[in-house]
Formats: sequence, structure tokens, C-alpha cells
Amino acid sequence: MDKLLLDAGSGGLASHRLVADLFLKYFDNPVLAAMNDAAFLEGDPQGRPMAMSTDSYTVDPPEFPGGNIGSLAIHGTVNDVAMLGAEPRWLTCAFILEEGLDMAFLERVVQAMGKAAADAGVIIAAGDTKVVPRGAVDKIFINTTGVGPILVDPAPMGHRAAPGDAVLLSGSVGDHGLTVLGRREGLSFEADVQSDSAALNRVVKDLVTELPEVHVLRDPTRGGLATTLNEIAGQSSTVVRVEEKDIPISPAVVAGCSFLGLDPLYLANEGKLLCFLPEEHCDKALEIMRRHEVGQGAVRIGSVIDPKEATYGRAGQVVLTTNLGGSRLLSMLEGEQLPRIC
Amino acid sequence: MDFLQEFSDPELCRALVAQLVEECTEPFRFMEVCGTHTVAIFRSGLRSLLPDTIIHVSGPGCPVCVTHESEVELYLEMACRRDTVTATFGDLMKVPGAGGSCLKTAQAEGAHVEIVYSPFDALALARKYPDKKVVFLGIGFETTAPTIAATIKMAREQKIDNFLVLSFHKLVPPALRALLDDPEIGVDGFLLPGHVSTIIGLEPYRFLADDYGIPGAVAGFDPLDVLKGLLAIVRMKNEGKPAVTNEYRRAVSDQGNPTAVAIMEEVFEPADALWRGIGSIPGSGLVFREDWKDFDAAAVLGLEQKPAKPLPGCKCGDVLKGKIRPDECPLFKKRCTPATPVGPCMVSTEGSCAAYFKYHIES
Ligand code: SF4
Repeated sequence: MDKLLLDAGSGGLASHRLVADLFLKYFDNPVLAAMNDAAFLEGDPQGRPMAMSTDSYTVDPPEFPGGNIGSLAIHGTVNDVAMLGAEPRWLTCAFILEEGLDMAFLERVVQAMGKAAADAGVIIAAGDTKVVPRGAVDKIFINTTGVGPILVDPAPMGHRAAPGDAVLLSGSVGDHGLTVLGRREGLSFEADVQSDSAALNRVVKDLVTELPEVHVLRDPTRGGLATTLNEIAGQSSTVVRVEEKDIPISPAVVAGCSFLGLDPLYLANEGKLLCFLPEEHCDKALEIMRRHEVGQGAVRIGSVIDPKEATYGRAGQVVLTTNLGGSRLLSMLEGEQLPRIC
Repeated sequence: MDFLQEFSDPELCRALVAQLVEECTEPFRFMEVCGTHTVAIFRSGLRSLLPDTIIHVSGPGCPVCVTHESEVELYLEMACRRDTVTATFGDLMKVPGAGGSCLKTAQAEGAHVEIVYSPFDALALARKYPDKKVVFLGIGFETTAPTIAATIKMAREQKIDNFLVLSFHKLVPPALRALLDDPEIGVDGFLLPGHVSTIIGLEPYRFLADDYGIPGAVAGFDPLDVLKGLLAIVRMKNEGKPAVTNEYRRAVSDQGNPTAVAIMEEVFEPADALWRGIGSIPGSGLVFREDWKDFDAAAVLGLEQKPAKPLPGCKCGDVLKGKIRPDECPLFKKRCTPATPVGPCMVSTEGSCAAYFKYHIES
């Protein structure tokens, strides 16, 4: 069988075969293998509050350098749960698949999901599959939901950013967005960039257990660094000032963006996190982040300022100190970035 | 993050800014003609560093912004035809027509619109859809026109007969003349566009100094280029010797690129054209020469440009002429934002209203 048939979504034998031969093969764990209607989760002995997050994934193209829609669907939800200072433990995943889908492709996706989940230490505890007629979806849509206990009280949240906080970033920005765009358009710089898609839950666990003072954790996914910083500035009614010269961007991303007229600060990332915490813990936090492969490039990029004391900017705004030492607004992304005329 | 470090070196920039402060003793209004300059000045934070004596106004150099209402209406109408595929650069997608529709909304309603990165991609689309007319929206200045002309020539060589171009190209020098003929503009000097000059060289701008006594400097798009250009203009003013100088020698030769000009002139010829907010400017557009009319979308598809009203309340004309700053438009940041644009200056990545919205910190 090398093409997916509508039968596989019927709920009958064909469905069971798909689950047994493919999903269980790569998502193997006792909770799922019990094959009940619902997953039995043993819970958290400390009775801690839980974090839960869900997201649906569609990406064109579904396979790209550095990952595919499957690994992305795991990393994305794992990271979203983790950003509340939580330890993601269980995921659900639901597929909407297009009739005629190439089975080898589906296997690559499922395999990548299994590996990404295992690497992140989460299990896929429940799932669902629908197969829809050709043309009703674009190849494959995946929804994942993640659940896990929150490790620290109070949990890091956007409104907790406070004047005097340092703003840290775990590595270079723009890699994922440019990779996907480059692939989609068949552009020549494709070889030089790779998606940064990765799970951040282990860094987060170390950060919040060693430094409970962390105020905000956020992964700058769609809308990029600029949009995420604006969200945090807005939630906390502070001015966030960042230094352009300190924001790491790989030369290939700079070059690709300048070719397409795009701004790397608005491109999506799938394996980076922002951490806001009081100034005095900055060095320790950087040391923790750099301990992990995904945080090798961690740096401080700015600070949080009291709007009453800001020379530039108002509450809720992000001000960028440019390479030249000038100041300008770093505003939120409006709609999508489109390449320009000249 | 800058891979062209040397052109935005903070130390050198500081030194040039200090020099400008010293030498620019009287208030001086300069207009950068090109939208790429507008964005470069804002984006690099240069605007916050320039001395108070230097007043910065944006000009008509964003090709999207100067596209006339009637031209937008025409291509929107064309895009909705079932027999056409519209190929366009991305920045036209959200430009609103009089009724608020744009290519994006047309696409949602079933129009076949494709974003391309070069006119050659549009030619590839023509091969892909042999049963349709693939129309490339030829909007841009001297910068883009030669490549489009080359694409048209290639289409003829390859006998691709379903590729058409809607030519709404505009030429920069005639627009500058029109601006200078307006007594209300009051510009002391022009920062001239690097990209356009790569093609046309310096000659077509000489009239600025010769006929109007206004200095101009061709400048590149990095902060140091802009500062060098400004310093050159300030010096010409101080010495009372207006001229047109080339401050972007690493990319622009004084003669321009004769090959590119020749290709452009082989396919197109100048004609009067309508500019948004400015009106008709003699000799400021490019239309197909007789020999090439079989690629002219307007002629082949029988499209007719109808009078269109300016967008109500939009002050784009005054912004494009440098008469007001974008934040002086009553709709700015109120009814007009990048998400709900009233005029193209708020849509285009190179538009001055968008640049103000995106980068300008209100004090
Ligand atoms: S702010 Fe909007 S309405 Fe006003 S001039 Fe600019 S584009 Fe036109």
C-alpha cells in the first residue's frame, strides 16, 4: 500500500491497521498501547497545577531542511506548554489526511513525530485520524494538544515583565521562517539555511527550577521576535528596549532576507525562547541556557523600562536601538510579510 | 547583524553626523525621492540622529504609492476575468481600490493571482497555463522596466503568446520636474535614488541644478551612503554651487547602464502618465512601442482606463509631494493603519505612511 485510501478513516479494519502498523510503531508507549477510548494519565503526585495548550499545524511545504510538519507539531506544542514554566508530559495528536497521500511520506512524518516526542520526553497518549477526499485538505493537517504540570509558582507569564528585567534570547532568529519560504519558492539560498525546530522543555525546566525568579518565557513563533516582544510589552504595560547589534541573525538569513525584502525580526522561529528575568539573574540564566544545545547561542538583547522613565516610547511599545545608535519603534507584524518590488 | 558592516559602521556614521551638524547651519529641507531611502532612513534609526537643522521629507518614489487610482481599478477589474492569471510582486496585493477591494480580496473571491519574485517567473506561469493569458503587472520605475522589457523579448523569442504585461511604469526625472514646478513644495535638495540611477546614470537629473538651481546627490541605501549624500548636498548649498553628484560610485556609473536603457527603449516609449495625488505628468510613463503591442495587456484585452475618484479623505497626494508629514493626515493611525489601509502609502513596504506607522516614535 503506497497511497492512503479513504477506508483508512472509516473506523473499521483499515483504520485499525493504520493505527497499529504506523502510529503505534512510532508512538509506542503503554498509555497509548492500552487502546482505550480515553488515555489514563497517572497524574502528578504533588498535585501541581497543569498547563495545557493546543495548536493545529499546516505548513507548505510539509518537509523542509531541519524537520517536517510532524516534528514541528510536536515541538510547537511542547514549547507552548513549556513556556508557562511547565513540564509537558502528554500529547494528543489528530490527523486530517488527504486521500491518495503518499504512504512513505506519511511514514516519514509519523517517524519524525515519534522521535521528536521521545527526544523531548513526552508521550503521545491519544489520537485521532480522519481521511478526507482528495482536495479537501492540502496533504496533511496535524493538531496536537499538550498537558503537563507547572513547575513554579507563580508561573512565568507575559504580564509579569517588570522594569529592571533583562531580556534574553536563546539563539539566532529567522531560520525557520526563511527556510520554509525558501523551500516554497525554490530559492537558491535554500542550501544555507535550516529550520531551528526543536523542543525547549528541558531548557525551561532547568531555568525555572534553578531560577524561580523568571518572569516571562515565550517562544517567538509566528510574527517573529518583533511581534512577541510587542505582545509582552503590551501585556505588562512596559517599554521593552532591545539592541539591534545584540540580536543574533545568521549571515545566510541576513542575505536571504535582504534578497527578498523581508525583515528577519518578523520571521517565525520554532526552537527559540525569550526569557525575561530580574537583571541580577541574567548571567546565571545565560549559563543555564548555553548548557543545552538549543541554547548555545543565548544572549542578552535588551531590558524592560518603566514607561515613566523611558526617553523613547510609551507603555506597550518596543524600542529598538539600531546599529547606528539611533532609536526607532519595533512594531508588531501586520498581516504577512510580502516580498517587495525593487 | 549587518553583513555590510562597513557601510553602516557606527563610528563613521557618528563622525558624518557631527560633520553635518557643523556644516548645516541653516534649516535645510531635503527630499529623498525613493521609497527605499525612506525606509532605510527610518529603519536604521538615522532619523533620530540627524541634526534638527535637517528637515526630512519623503517624495514620490514608491512605485506602489504613485500608481493612480484608475490604474488600480483597471488591474483589479482585469484580475477578476476568468481568462487571466495575474502575476504580481507581493507589495501590490493589499493596495485598495476605490471600493475597498484589493488583489487579496479578489483572490479570495476566486481571481487567479500569483505572487512572483521576478517577471521571468511570470513567463514560467505563462508556460504553465497555456489556456490563460498571464498578465504581469508592470508597476515600477526605471529600475524594473528593463528587466520586464527583457522578459518580453524573451517571450517573443520563445514564441510564448499568452504572456502579457500591463505597463504602468513611471519615470522619475519628469516627476521631479513636476514637483519643482509646484511653488508650494520648497525643497532645498534631492537625495536621488541609487537603484534608478544604476540604470539611467546622472544625465537625466542635470536639469535639477541647471534649470532650478537645486543640488542633488545619487545615494545608496546604507546609512553611510545616505549621510554622504546629505553632506554632499549641504556642501553644494553652502558653496552656492548646485550640481548633481554621484555618491554611490560602487554601484552607479555616471553613464548608467546603456544596455539596460537600450532594451527598455526598444520595447517601450515615454508617454504622459497619471500619478496618484499629482495628476498627469508629461512624458512620465512608459507605453509599448508599436512593434511590441502584441504584449500590451491593455491593447490585447481591450482594457480601458476609466476616470477614478481619489480615495475619500486620503492625503496621499500631499504626502507624496512632501507637503505634509504622514502623521499630519487626519486619518493616520485612526482610520488608516496597515491592517485597514485607506491609501497605498500605508500599504506599501516603501510607503512613507507605513514607514511612519512602523518606525516613528512619537515624542
Ligand atoms: S495616512 Fe493613510 S489616508 Fe493618510 S495619506 Fe497616508 S495612506 Fe493616505
